[in-house]
Amino acid sequence: MTSSSLNHQQARRREAMGVLGHSVTADIAGYLDALAVPSHEQLRQPENGLVMLRGRIGGDGAPFNLGEATVSRAAIRLASGEVGFGYTLGRDGVKAHLIALCDALIQTVEFSDAVETKVLTPLRARVVADSKRKAAETAATKVDFYTLVRGEG
Amino acid sequence: MYVAVKGGERAIENAHRLLAHERRGDRDVPEVSLAQISNQLGLAVDRVMTEGSLYDRELAALAIKQARGDMIEAIFLLRAFRATLPRFGSSEPVDTSQMQVRRRVSSTFKDMPGGQVLGPTFDYTHRLLDPVLTGESSPEQPAVVTGAEPGIMPRVTDILGRDGLIEASPAEDPEKPVGDLTRDALSFPADRDLRLQNLARADEGFLLSLGYSSQRGYGRNHPFAGEIRLGEVEVEFMAEDVGFAVPLGSITLTECQMVNQFKGSDTEAPCFTRGYGLAFGQSERKVMSMALVDRTLRARELGEDIKAPAQDEEFVMSHSDNVQATGFVEHLKLPHYVDFQSELGLLRKLRKEFADANETPVALQEAAE
Repeated sequence: MTSSSLNHQQARRREAMGVLGHSVTADIAGYLDALAVPSHEQLRQPENGLVMLRGRIGGDGAPFNLGEATVSRAAIRLASGEVGFGYTLGRDGVKAHLIALCDALIQTVEFSDAVETKVLTPLRARVVADSKRKAAETAATKVDFYTLVRGEG
Repeated sequence: MYVAVKGGERAIENAHRLLAHERRGDRDVPEVSLAQISNQLGLAVDRVMTEGSLYDRELAALAIKQARGDMIEAIFLLRAFRATLPRFGSSEPVDTSQMQVRRRVSSTFKDMPGGQVLGPTFDYTHRLLDPVLTGESSPEQPAVVTGAEPGIMPRVTDILGRDGLIEASPAEDPEKPVGDLTRDALSFPADRDLRLQNLARADEGFLLSLGYSSQRGYGRNHPFAGEIRLGEVEVEFMAEDVGFAVPLGSITLTECQMVNQFKGSDTEAPCFTRGYGLAFGQSERKVMSMALVDRTLRARELGEDIKAPAQDEEFVMSHSDNVQATGFVEHLKLPHYVDFQSELGLLRKLRKEFADANETPVALQEAAE
């Protein structure tokens, strides 16, 4: 399913998962502390497994299997019924659980805005800052060519 | 034939204890941490992840530490670990055109959109040992260009492709499952998806030598490094329970597009051909070698004579895996006592026949017994 075919809420959840996936577990947990997280149960205990990573021949052609990556996943259900999922590279079950928790909270009327302002906004700022720092370091290594003009005579 | 031999338990146990002691080294020297290995020996970690075929920096660092820096042993450990986990599925194919580029160079075009970006490279270093690193080094902070936006750059092959100067990548056939050599035994001829999977996890040294051989004339190859890029790409996984492709985070990849000499026919205008390399982490030598060998292995498809080892897919794919290779080579040190006894018996018989036929004593025969 491509991102264009997602409904509004799915698109929001997906964007949030992207931010959370790029964030450090302790940061997610720290920002979530500001919320009065409602009671919830674990639908799927955090579980580690593998995902086969695929590339494309020539970068844009038919897919091929490049190699696997470790992935942790979890699912939770809020007492109010919303189900949240967490998937993340690595073997950090706590992180998968926290992503699942945020995913469920986003789907509620009560917590949706709070997750956005108190968790996702500061995390997103960190992710963007990190990306900009890398871009700034990289840009400094861009080659500026100049042509030496051969002297006449 | 190997024979079960009992009686070595104590020796094995003590040998492993001694190994752990040697691994630790001088106990007055601080023990190396996984974070230190991951951060400061990052390219070793990248190689172990690539050839271990498992993207997990911490596990690769652990494998390197446990293997005392023996890379093939570390790769073996990572492969073995992989077998202990269930597979959730396959990712959506990563899109390297959307890579957040940290390095991107081309030997074919000086000026191209996005430019030549050197990034963290050994290129242009003088290869002189740096005495500063014998102690604690405190390198300068990297230079920055403030306000630079994350670099999404078009691939050089896409630029060439617009004018039809280079062949298009093979199109995806939704009906055809993607080959997976971890699930199905290899058979030949092998399609390019399987070949690339094999090359991606192949021993870097083996591919380097084969690629080099093709440059020296053993196999048709006239390449230019069209583009090498390093950076982070997003990974997505179609999670059925969630109902859409979930982002898993990003991974570091190196990609190489080799541009090679032409193909053409009565009906098709000549165009450049290409070879492709892709690997985990910063693995530039690996992806360049991989792209060279990917191209030589396309000899059959492109109607070229198969004369050199680098063009022989059965030869290349059957010998590229260093875990398989080391298994077979190193098994020679396991007890072969019965095998050897039978060969010894046969040899004595042959020597006796030889001696009887020539009526000359075999002087060393008795000594050998």
